[in-house]
Amino acid sequence: MAFLQISSLRKRYGSLEILKGIDIELDEGGFLVLVGPSGCGKSTLLNTIAGLEAITQGDILVDGNSIADLHPSKRDIAMVFQSYALYPNMTVAGNISFGMEMRGVPLAERKQAIEKVAKVLQIGHLLDRKPGQLSGGQRQRVAMGRALVRDPKLFLFDEPLSNLDAKLRVDMRIEIKRLHQTTGKTIVYVTHDQIEAMTLATKIAVMKDGLVQQFGTPFEIYNNPANMFVADFMGSPAMNLLTGAIEQANDGLHVTLERPSGNPVRLAIPARLQGLEAYAGRQVVFGIRPEALTDPEGADRNAVAVVENECLIEVVEPAGSDTFAVIKLGGKEVVARLRADARINAGQNVRLAFNLDKAVFFDPQSQARIA
Amino acid sequence: MSGHSQSASGSAVNLTRWINRTVIYGLLVFFAIVYLMPLFVMVVTSFKTMDEIQSGNMLALPQSPTIEPWLKAWGEVCVGLTCAGIKGYFWNSIKMVVPAVVISTVMGALNGYVLTKWRFPGHTLVFGLMLFACFIPFQSVLLPMATILGNLGRFGNSLEDTIGTSLGFGNPTENLVIVHVIYGLGFTTLFFRNFYEAFPSELVKAAQVDGAGFFQIFRRIMLPNSLPIIVVTVIYQFTNIWNDFLFASAYAGTGDAMPMTVALNNIVNTSTGVVEYNVNMASAMIAALPTLLVYIVAGRYFVRGLMAGAVKG
Repeated sequence: MAFLQISSLRKRYGSLEILKGIDIELDEGGFLVLVGPSGCGKSTLLNTIAGLEAITQGDILVDGNSIADLHPSKRDIAMVFQSYALYPNMTVAGNISFGMEMRGVPLAERKQAIEKVAKVLQIGHLLDRKPGQLSGGQRQRVAMGRALVRDPKLFLFDEPLSNLDAKLRVDMRIEIKRLHQTTGKTIVYVTHDQIEAMTLATKIAVMKDGLVQQFGTPFEIYNNPANMFVADFMGSPAMNLLTGAIEQANDGLHVTLERPSGNPVRLAIPARLQGLEAYAGRQVVFGIRPEALTDPEGADRNAVAVVENECLIEVVEPAGSDTFAVIKLGGKEVVARLRADARINAGQNVRLAFNLDKAVFFDPQSQARIA
Repeated sequence: MSGHSQSASGSAVNLTRWINRTVIYGLLVFFAIVYLMPLFVMVVTSFKTMDEIQSGNMLALPQSPTIEPWLKAWGEVCVGLTCAGIKGYFWNSIKMVVPAVVISTVMGALNGYVLTKWRFPGHTLVFGLMLFACFIPFQSVLLPMATILGNLGRFGNSLEDTIGTSLGFGNPTENLVIVHVIYGLGFTTLFFRNFYEAFPSELVKAAQVDGAGFFQIFRRIMLPNSLPIIVVTVIYQFTNIWNDFLFASAYAGTGDAMPMTVALNNIVNTSTGVVEYNVNMASAMIAALPTLLVYIVAGRYFVRGLMAGAVKG
C-alpha cells in the first residue's frame, strides 16, 4: 500500500469546483511534484494535504491512516511556504523551535534539535537574528529548518524557490534534492516550473483545471506525454506540435507535413507506432521534441527510425551549449536542436534528422495521445 | 548668448521658488500660532497670581511665576460643594479610561483577527454592521443606554442580594467603561481589520501547522506584530474616552465617580467669590496632560499606523 494515498479528492467553493477528483499514490521516500499553470489547483491540493483547507469529498491517507479530518498540527506534516512565512517577531531559533514549543517539548531538547538542524543547513551563525535581517536565501534555509526540525512523516513545499533569483534557485534546488537523498523523507512539492519538476521528482503529477492530466515518473511524463497539454507544458524549449496528414501507401503509413515551399516532408511511420491506421486520410498532431530534430551528425546513434530531410533554416539561435534552428513545417515554426558547433546559417538548406523513435501523435480534437 | 539667457531664466526660477517657500512657511507659522495661542494663554495664566491676572496683559509672561494654582487645583479647589481638589476625579478618569481602552483594544484586535483570518459566511455583513457603529451619533444612544444601565444596576442589586456581591454592576465607573467599550468597538475593529487584512495569512497557516491554537496564534503571532496599530488604537481610544463629556455627565454627572471632564466643568461653574482663572487654567492643563503625554510617548507610531493597511506592502 502506498505511503501517501489521495483518492477521488474533490474540493468545491460553492458551485466552483477547484479539484475534480484527484487520485495520486506515492511510495514512502518518494518525491512528488505537483506541476501546472497557475489556477490549476496544485496549491489547493497541497493545502488540503496540509489540512489548511477542508476537502469536499474523497480521502487522504498517510501510512494507511486517513488524515482528512485531522487538524493540521495533528497530521505529522511540515510545510515550507512560498513567502517562507517566518514569524517576524521571533529570532531564527525561535522560529525553528516554535512548533516544538507548541507541542510542549522541553527546552533542553529543543536546543539540541535547533543545533542539529542549524548544522545541517549551515545557519548556526544566524540563530539570534530576526527574519528581517536575513537575505532571501537565508530565509529560505530557515524556513526549511523549521520544517526539518519537526522530523515529520511528510514534507510539503509550496513553490519554495519562486521568490529567489535564478542562480540561487539552482543552488537551492540541488540542496533540496540532496536533503531528500540524505533524509529519505517523503516530499510533496508544488511548482509551476517544469525544470524543477523534472529535476527533483520521483513522480510528477501534471495538473490543469483541477484534474491530473498525467501522473508518472519524469521519464514517462517527458517521453510519453498523455496529451497535448502535458507534451507542451513539460520541456524547454517546448515540444513541437505540428499538423500533419496520415496517408496509407503501399509501403506503409506515412505522415505528411506541409511546407511553405510546397514540397511537403513525407515521413514513414515506424511499425512501433500502433493505432494510426484508423486515422488514414485524416489530420493528426505530430509531436517531436527539439532534440529529436537535429543535424545528422548529432542524431542519436541508437535510434532505429531516423529519417533525414532537407529543410530551409529561417532563424539560427546559438545558445552556447546548443544551437537552435527554426524551420517552417506543418504550418508552424518548429525548433530543432543542433550541436553547438553545427555550421549552419539562416537561409540555408540543411539536412535535418527526424528521430521518429521519439515522435508522438495526438488527436487534434480530443488532444489525447494516439500513438 | 544661450548661456546668458539660461542663467537669467535660472534666477527667475529661483525667485519663484523662494516666494513659494516664503508663502508656504509663512502660512504654516501663522496657523501654528493661531492653534498654539490658547494653549500659551492657558500655560502662562496657570503660573500667574490672581493680582497679575487682574492687572496685567493676558499674553504677558508671568512676572513672578508660581505653582500655587497647580497645587490648589490638584488638592484644594472646590468642585460643587466638596473642596478637595481634582485629584479624586483625575483618578476616577484613570480608573475608567484604562480598562475601557484595554478592553476595547483587545476586543477590536480579536474582531479584526477573526474577520480576516478566520472568515465565516457573512463576515462582510458583520463587519459592515460594526462599521455602522462608527456613524451612530452619541446623542441618539443616550436614553436607550440609560435604560440598559438602569437594568444592569437592578441586576447588580439582585446579585448583591443572592451572592453577596454586585460584581460592580450599577457602579457609575463600570457603567462608563461598558458604554465606552461598546462605543469604541466599531472603531477598534475597523482599525485592526484593515491592519490584519494586509497581514500575511501564510504566517497564520504556518502557525497552525506548527500546532498553535486560535488564541496562541493571536497572542504569539498577531499581537507582537501589531504594534503600530495598537498604538493608533490606544491613542485614539484614550483621547476619545478621556475627553468624553456627554456620557460622563449623563451617567456619572454627580457624586464621587464623576470623571475629570465633568469635574472641570463644575469647577468653572462653581460661583463662590472671585473666579480663579489661574486655578481653572491649571485644572484644565492637568485634565489635558494625560492625552498630551500619550501623544508624545506614542505619537511617532501614530501616522505610520494610520497608513498601515491603507497601502499594501
